[in-house]
Amino acid sequence: MAVKTVREAISEALWEEMERDEKVFILGEEVGVWGGTYAVTKGFYDHFGEKRVRDTPIAEAAIVGAGIGAALTGLRPVAELMTINFAFVAMDHIVNEAPKLHYMFGGQMSVPLVIRTVSGGGRQLGATHSQTPDVIFAHFPGLKVVAPATPADSKGLLKSAIRSEDPILFIENVTLYQTRGEVPDGEHLVPIGKSKVQRQGSDVTVVTYSKMLNVSLNAAEELAKDGIQAEVVDLRTLRPLDMEPVIESFVKTNRVVIVEEGWRSYGVGAEVAARLYEEAFDYIDAPIKRVAQAEVPLPYNRNLEQLAIPQVSSVVEAVQDVL
Amino acid sequence: MKKQEYLDLYHQMVLIRRLEECAAELYQQDKIGGFLHLYIGQEAVSTGLISARQPQDRVITAYRDHGVAINTGIGAKEVIAELLGKATGTSKGKGGSMHMADVEKNFWGGHAIVGAHLPLAAGMALGDQYMGSDAATICMFGDGATNIGFFHEALNLSKVWNLPVLWVVENNQYGMGTSVARASAVGEIRQKADGYSIPNAIADGMDVLSVRKAAVKALKHVRSGKGPFFLEFTTYRYRGHSMGDPERYREKEEIAQWEQTDPIGIYQRYLIAEKIATRAELEEIEMQAEAEIMEAVEFAETSPEPAPEELYTDVYVQAG
Repeated sequence: MAVKTVREAISEALWEEMERDEKVFILGEEVGVWGGTYAVTKGFYDHFGEKRVRDTPIAEAAIVGAGIGAALTGLRPVAELMTINFAFVAMDHIVNEAPKLHYMFGGQMSVPLVIRTVSGGGRQLGATHSQTPDVIFAHFPGLKVVAPATPADSKGLLKSAIRSEDPILFIENVTLYQTRGEVPDGEHLVPIGKSKVQRQGSDVTVVTYSKMLNVSLNAAEELAKDGIQAEVVDLRTLRPLDMEPVIESFVKTNRVVIVEEGWRSYGVGAEVAARLYEEAFDYIDAPIKRVAQAEVPLPYNRNLEQLAIPQVSSVVEAVQDVL
Repeated sequence: MKKQEYLDLYHQMVLIRRLEECAAELYQQDKIGGFLHLYIGQEAVSTGLISARQPQDRVITAYRDHGVAINTGIGAKEVIAELLGKATGTSKGKGGSMHMADVEKNFWGGHAIVGAHLPLAAGMALGDQYMGSDAATICMFGDGATNIGFFHEALNLSKVWNLPVLWVVENNQYGMGTSVARASAVGEIRQKADGYSIPNAIADGMDVLSVRKAAVKALKHVRSGKGPFFLEFTTYRYRGHSMGDPERYREKEEIAQWEQTDPIGIYQRYLIAEKIATRAELEEIEMQAEAEIMEAVEFAETSPEPAPEELYTDVYVQAG
């Protein structure tokens, strides 16, 4: 085990997969000469060359669309969208092409494409560049949506994604890149579609993913000072959603808080809560609580922006409410 | 071309015409659901174009795809079975009229979002370039698709990356009911390729041999590593955009005028005048096509519906 940042973990996963399989290549804005907007692909262009590290025009539909086409021919493209906010201009290709082709043509075609992108707010970029619309993409059968939080999961899930035969939206979070954690040495693969308990506890279940995992873990430490033991479940994949560890934990605690960075309405919290009502109704001892972003376009002003995004205190308060 | 090749082109065009006429009847009998876009009037474009390809060349098109399916070698049986939603159809009954494909025959569909398959075509051409293949990707679309952003992103990328793709616009004069003059800033669509420094040509899409000739030349360019080429074919659809089109946007006289240049009629007259075939030989081909369609309908009608379990198959390749 070595301690690495999320950025290093993702970079390593890409590097190792490109070394392993010549069919893996990267395309996207500023992935090559620039070295990646978030420096994830720094050094790749010099090592792998322009054939495999392809700078594209600022044309997201072409990036994802060409990724789909290349995947159809048997290559394993990793298409990068600079941020998830730009995914909307490639929406048709992400939700209406990639996830449909295998099914619609009776299983003849497959799209082994990974779309890497960055979600989340908190960097004072204003309303159009700060969104966390992950859940929108998780609505579509045929697409898999992966959103890890830890360095180990980031590496292991990205490697699995690149080897997958299905189209995958791989959502990173810009404020997580510097997060440190232990990453197993050598070949490290994490299965897609498996939620994981990241902290054991017996009093309350906190369900979360991506950046809100760190917020939830910090909240759990705060709560522990008052003798409250929160169990934190990290979804890691939004589609297919693995509810098993969530239900197992809920059966034990009978109380749940769902924490997400995106907006509350129609969100991850709504989905998880509905599934708990459907699948574990007998175990509910308190109203299910959601912690999510204020329902406003995110403002530029730092204080206002932080007010809109869930904080450690929001999670602590929500847990106190359900106890 | 050898005599048999000339006759094959005639056979394909007649087969498509009969297939589409039959599809219209089946639609009126409520046996076909959804949308149905007929290729009648445009047969020469796909027939001439695809006759010029090598087996390694990929073909991808829009939703008016039945003719293209036939030209790429898919049987009328599988096409009609797909129209009827049967398990034996090209896409196991899950795609329908707009989503036919046969990867084995290098036909990559049948795509129904206007212009969205152009970036896919660029990506397939990239795949061939990446692997060092000499294959070309032939991407067909209508005039309407040249006004959407996908078109411009894909053309630009194809030139920037020097991709082996042949862009083919079938200018049938209307995007649904809106004429080219009312929807496109330029009347001659190929001018748009000039904006991306993509060499281009225009040819008569009602004359199958002109189409073929233009396609052979264009594919030679693409295959030689010189990057993309853009072809415009002037053509006309005799039927509505899809079934149920009220056709308020054009006069009957206009259709009648274009019918003077019916692609099958033009080719038939040519084959007889050039003494390549006799009228009797062509009539025999027509009867053969008729019989093939009847057999295909029989096959489709007696084919099984997809099993209910099929609802959940092929959502993902890997469950996890």
